[in-house]
Amino acid sequence: MSVPCLAISNLSATLANGVRVLRSVSLAVEPGVVTALVGESGAGKSMIGKAVLGVLPPSVRIVEGNIALEGIDLGELKPKARRVLVGERAALIPQDPLTALNPSRRIGPQMTDRLVHILGWAGDKADRRVRQLLDEVQIRDPDRVMQSYPHELSGGMRQRVLIAAAFAAEPRLIVADEPTTALDVTVQKQILRLIAELQKEHGTAILFVTHDLGVVAKISQNVSVLYAGKVVEQADTPSLFENPQHAYTRALMAATPRYTDPLASLKPVDETVLAGLASEIAAADRDWVAP
Amino acid sequence: MAEPRAVTRRGDARLWLAGGWLLLALLAAIFAPLIAPQDPLAQDLMFERLPPFWMQGSEPGFWLGTDSLGRDLLSRLIYGGRVAFIVAFAAASAACLVGSALGLIAGYFGGWPDRIVSRIVDVWMAFPPVLFAILLVAVFGTGLTSVIIAIAIIDWTRFCRVIRAEAMSQARMDYVENARIAGFGRIGIMLREVLPNVAPAIVALLSLEMGIAVIVEAILSFVNLSISTDDPTWGGIIAEGRLSIHQAWWILVFPLITLFLTVLSFSQFGEGLKNRFDPVMR
Ligand SMILES: Nc1ncnc2c1ncn2[C@@H]1O[C@H](COP(=O)(O)OP(=O)(O)OP(=O)(O)O)[C@@H](O)[C@H]1O
Ligand SMILES: [Mg+2]
Repeated sequence: MSVPCLAISNLSATLANGVRVLRSVSLAVEPGVVTALVGESGAGKSMIGKAVLGVLPPSVRIVEGNIALEGIDLGELKPKARRVLVGERAALIPQDPLTALNPSRRIGPQMTDRLVHILGWAGDKADRRVRQLLDEVQIRDPDRVMQSYPHELSGGMRQRVLIAAAFAAEPRLIVADEPTTALDVTVQKQILRLIAELQKEHGTAILFVTHDLGVVAKISQNVSVLYAGKVVEQADTPSLFENPQHAYTRALMAATPRYTDPLASLKPVDETVLAGLASEIAAADRDWVAP
Repeated sequence: MAEPRAVTRRGDARLWLAGGWLLLALLAAIFAPLIAPQDPLAQDLMFERLPPFWMQGSEPGFWLGTDSLGRDLLSRLIYGGRVAFIVAFAAASAACLVGSALGLIAGYFGGWPDRIVSRIVDVWMAFPPVLFAILLVAVFGTGLTSVIIAIAIIDWTRFCRVIRAEAMSQARMDYVENARIAGFGRIGIMLREVLPNVAPAIVALLSLEMGIAVIVEAILSFVNLSISTDDPTWGGIIAEGRLSIHQAWWILVFPLITLFLTVLSFSQFGEGLKNRFDPVMR
């Protein structure tokens, strides 16, 4: 078995008040594979992504477990070495393309920054690379876009720019944190297809955060289902849909919108399922001894 | 579509009017020896309190009249601009440099740097500014340099407070987080990502501060605490004009108008530039 691109093992994180937001999370992303992380709002999906990328809010503390990027334990590294390693090997496709670009700077320099300053490329090589990537995300006039300020582009364009920027440095791992939720429905589909295409072409591993099982089915090979910071089910995508093991997964599936029966999609997760989850979480917390 | 354009045009008119006045006043001050119709120090008791040119009893060559010692008012205003602009540029730049740097660091880094800077600002703000200035000048002695230092020492907090708040809100933005993920260090991010976003505010404040420095200098001159009393200053002329307001209102009114226009222009120019600088407003 090869070294996984990303291996999170037994990761727990707490808030300042001692509440656990991640409960002994373990998950692996194999090289070149898309692994989905699915769960409701507040489950801790973004928290996991931030922990990997080293941008947890100051109030959140990792209390146990480790994160390894291509076999390198990030916890062992000095802050600067860790930052540079993550900068070289990982990237983020963020949720909100409005705030993820600096409003005061032109697109071009924002995209080449990492290539030039972290990867040490020459300026013209970085320019060419970015232009090529903008081409790949089907932006018709790369030169004009590179000269533009973010507010001069539409939301969909900005998300394309961010996708291009994420792939430009040829990272091994991309964390995509709900990359389509801020976009309108027609654009969502295009962006999703685009990410899938680029992923195949570049062979990048993706940790794909979403709350939408429909998206999971389309894009991922593996899934982890998260509830209240705890992984309740892990499987490859086809078996998850064919044979969901956990009652919560089944409840989520029942709640996923279907065109044939739109009203059914409004059904909330069943009370007994929630009660079961609550006792499961309580049991996990009881067994857990803060290190 | 029409709305932003209207805003831009209004902004442009403001920028041009304010900039025009400032440029005129600045050029006049720089080239004062060439432009001033009279020697600003030449007293002539035959010509005391001459009225401005459109009034009965005015003399050719004394456009705005003369003061109570017979010195040409226009020439004195032109020469007074020299002190005003030197103080404006030097004091405002110094205050801007110190205040913006500390504000940027406090706002972006937060934590203990922020606590230290904020505490100092709080203590500083407890002093009433004009009294503070008079106190400082009394300590340093009068003179151009000490006026400049006094204004900078008092007013850096204005920059610090505003820039700290701006930097703080920028520091929470996603693009700052993205730069961290890309591998950049904090100081690099502060300069590359945060500074361009607070630059418009710095520019606007800098211009505003120049206007404030002009006023403070005038106040100090007015209470005779600025530079030596021989060199004309706007505040000094106002102080003299106040004494003969009933016989010769122009000695008070013209320097007041000059002062007012200059201070107003500085603040308007700053606002206009800020909008120019801001890519979203452009
Ligand atoms: N800055 C923060 N400080 C303290 N707690 C936080 C912070 N951000 C998030 N949390 C808490 O951590 C938990 C997990 O949040 P997270 O953002 O990871 O959820 P999520 O699964 O990404 O949800 P969403 O789908 O809404 O993005 C939530 O309970 C949230 O209240
Ligand atoms: Mg989230």
